[in-house]
Amino acid sequence: MNFDPRFAGRNFTSVGTRPIRPDGVDKVTGRARYGADFNMAGQLVGRVLRSPHAHATIRKIDTSKAQKLPGVKAVITAADLPDLTDGDAAMYDILDNCMARKKALYDGHAVAAVAAVDARTARQALKLIEVDYEVLPHVTDVDEAMKHSAPVLNDAIFTEGLEEKPAKPSNVTKRSQYGHGDVHQGFGQADYVVERTFKTEQTHQGYIEPHACVANVSSDGTAELWVCTQGHFVYRQHCAQLLGMEASRLRVTSSEIGGGFGGKTHVWAEPVALALSRKAGRPVKLVMTRDEVFRASGPTSATSIDVKIGARKDGTITAAEATLRYSCGPYAGMWAELGAMTAFACYRLENVKTVGYEVLVNRPKTAAYRAPSAPMAAFAVESAVDELAKEIGMDPVEFRIRNAAREGTRSSYGPVYGPIGIGPTLEAAKNHPHMKAPLGKNQGRGMACGFWFNFGGQTCTDLNIGMDGSVSLAVGTVDVGGSRASLSLVAAEELGIAYEHVKAVVADTSSLGYNDMTDGSRGTFSSSMATISAARNAILILRERAAQTWDIPVDDVVWEKGHAIAKGEKYGNLAALSLREIAAASGKTGGPIAGHSELVADGAGVSFATHICDIEVDPETGATRVLRYTVVQDAGKAVHPTYVEGQYQGGAAQGIGWALNEEYIYGKDGRLQNPGFLDYRIPVCSDLPMIDTQILEIPNPNHPYGVRGVGETSIVPPLAAIANAVSNAAGVRMTHIPMSPPRILAAIEAER
Amino acid sequence: MVEVTLWGSLGALAGGKSKVEIEAKDIRELFRKLAEQYPGLEPLIEKGIAVAIDGTIYRDTWSKELPEGAEIFLLPRLAGG
Repeated sequence: MNFDPRFAGRNFTSVGTRPIRPDGVDKVTGRARYGADFNMAGQLVGRVLRSPHAHATIRKIDTSKAQKLPGVKAVITAADLPDLTDGDAAMYDILDNCMARKKALYDGHAVAAVAAVDARTARQALKLIEVDYEVLPHVTDVDEAMKHSAPVLNDAIFTEGLEEKPAKPSNVTKRSQYGHGDVHQGFGQADYVVERTFKTEQTHQGYIEPHACVANVSSDGTAELWVCTQGHFVYRQHCAQLLGMEASRLRVTSSEIGGGFGGKTHVWAEPVALALSRKAGRPVKLVMTRDEVFRASGPTSATSIDVKIGARKDGTITAAEATLRYSCGPYAGMWAELGAMTAFACYRLENVKTVGYEVLVNRPKTAAYRAPSAPMAAFAVESAVDELAKEIGMDPVEFRIRNAAREGTRSSYGPVYGPIGIGPTLEAAKNHPHMKAPLGKNQGRGMACGFWFNFGGQTCTDLNIGMDGSVSLAVGTVDVGGSRASLSLVAAEELGIAYEHVKAVVADTSSLGYNDMTDGSRGTFSSSMATISAARNAILILRERAAQTWDIPVDDVVWEKGHAIAKGEKYGNLAALSLREIAAASGKTGGPIAGHSELVADGAGVSFATHICDIEVDPETGATRVLRYTVVQDAGKAVHPTYVEGQYQGGAAQGIGWALNEEYIYGKDGRLQNPGFLDYRIPVCSDLPMIDTQILEIPNPNHPYGVRGVGETSIVPPLAAIANAVSNAAGVRMTHIPMSPPRILAAIEAER
Repeated sequence: MVEVTLWGSLGALAGGKSKVEIEAKDIRELFRKLAEQYPGLEPLIEKGIAVAIDGTIYRDTWSKELPEGAEIFLLPRLAGG
């Protein structure tokens, strides 16, 4: 059937309501099965040996003593994961990160692994593995790594994106550039110019559940993988390729997930677990410790960013420029490029230029973290915007409203915007009671804006109608933020039945066509589009069955409020047939009734948010307290408003931690000093205020209900909003994240 | 004939051009002709490139038509978290 994905405007019955989440009871009672909650008969315990050095050549690994230890069933090194990537550089990097080959590139890099009958034996075996390292000079700081004198991590890397290929290898993997107009000319038109350098430290997504999986490779070469992931289809593709399997021979089931935020979009230990199981001939369970999670699963980039913005006296920005340096860990990434694309995306600019540099350092491989790269860029830009407004003497909200992008504006990354919500979020913030509330001594208010692209991608859904009229919805996007409830609402909306009669499940990789992973804020956007399509296909069959029952043409049957209705006065005597009635008779009218959909959910709507934050700073200690926080964000259409609010609040809470406390601290030896939640401090309840939310709904024209993604944008403004609040409270501009008490105190004392 | 704008790094692989003109009716044909005329772009096209057509970004829909006079931008294939 033809499926028109464009928003046409409609009134909703189920969508927009707030039913109780279907997975809630299981989660709060402990019945829900997360990554480490699954067990198989005869399973072994997997453990990984990791490099204690930040940078070292691996001369030799002797596993003979470990192999002889009673209870050890398999020991593997890189030799057991041969390079099958056929020149695919990105896959080779994944392989090398899963198990170091020639060099250990960071403290925590996996170098060997064992599978044993119990954890004690596995730990003993690790101690018996002898690795002969040649320790090399290392570099962990992004600015230091760019210097000519820095140790080079990879001799094969020559900076891409330069006009001429460089003669020497470098830690800068790529230069990227965006913008339009002439910034030099633009700055010449400015009455005021602000120029600053900002730094942010590396943070971790801080999900509560560590990476965990159970791998089982059978003697016939087929395999199962139970795993905590944001994308089991992608994990299947990557694991199968790295192990030289056909994807169809590997069945991946996603567990419940205790947080991902981008960190569970990459394989880490899963190929290792499969390789151990293949060698041992038994199932292997591998659960990362928290230490391993911090040391060896993707944190975000540390950054160093220069920003220059100029404006006329009337508050119009005439030019904006940024140079962004992002650490990638030891493998190439596109993190600075994303920062360069998003940095000025909130604004209508005639002259804008951004340049990004991807920089290799001896730290763990950088992974996506919720709107990857955008929060750091927004911190730098929105801090400078605030300072510029102050210099001009304008209210910071009015200054932003004056320069906000709108429909028809050419974005700083290229394309022209369709209908967007930055202006409305700013107007809502301006009129919010929070903005007018009084402040006390040593208290400051800050606000900031943020942008994220969102995207859709490959999506496949099955909708099966049972003979009792209930609906089973099988989706392939992992539920990381309440999508099962939201998708059930969508199915109920289309079919015209009660939400309670729809049960959504995340199907395993053998049960459904390929799905991209739940990232890019795509889960509800893309799977709702597929669910609508699948439901409409099912409705076509329901209409056909009714027409068959009545012996009338199917074109004379319409579907309204969960019923087939014969239209036209000539059918006046025919009572409407409910979905339940049609389903009950399905065995006699042609068999099961189902709808299927496979599509590419392109046309995601971009998303904007404005945040407001009040902070109190103790000038004696530099300690901070977040007093009040408000999130205003465009959802396009909030399918389940409670989940949308939860996403907004979660992003703000993570942003508060990132802005005020969280950071990777490396010693001079290149080793991570704080790989645990005691020393790497994420916010707990007592650190957070109640977080107010305001949902705006500016429909995305490319979705049938107007839905945009909501998961990521909410973490973009907090760093800047909090930095502006702290700067206003402390009376000194803060340029280094996190604004931990020592850093704030030092800034205050430097100003005195 | 459509005019295609290339982002900075991509332009470097197309002989330093920031805009190119291509006779293509849909994204599939656009990619094929870009790879033919600018071989330096082929590896990136293989890895995946997003196409913005009049402001809407398409990552995967090869069959998407390129309307005459539409504004076409090639962008990196975005990552998310």
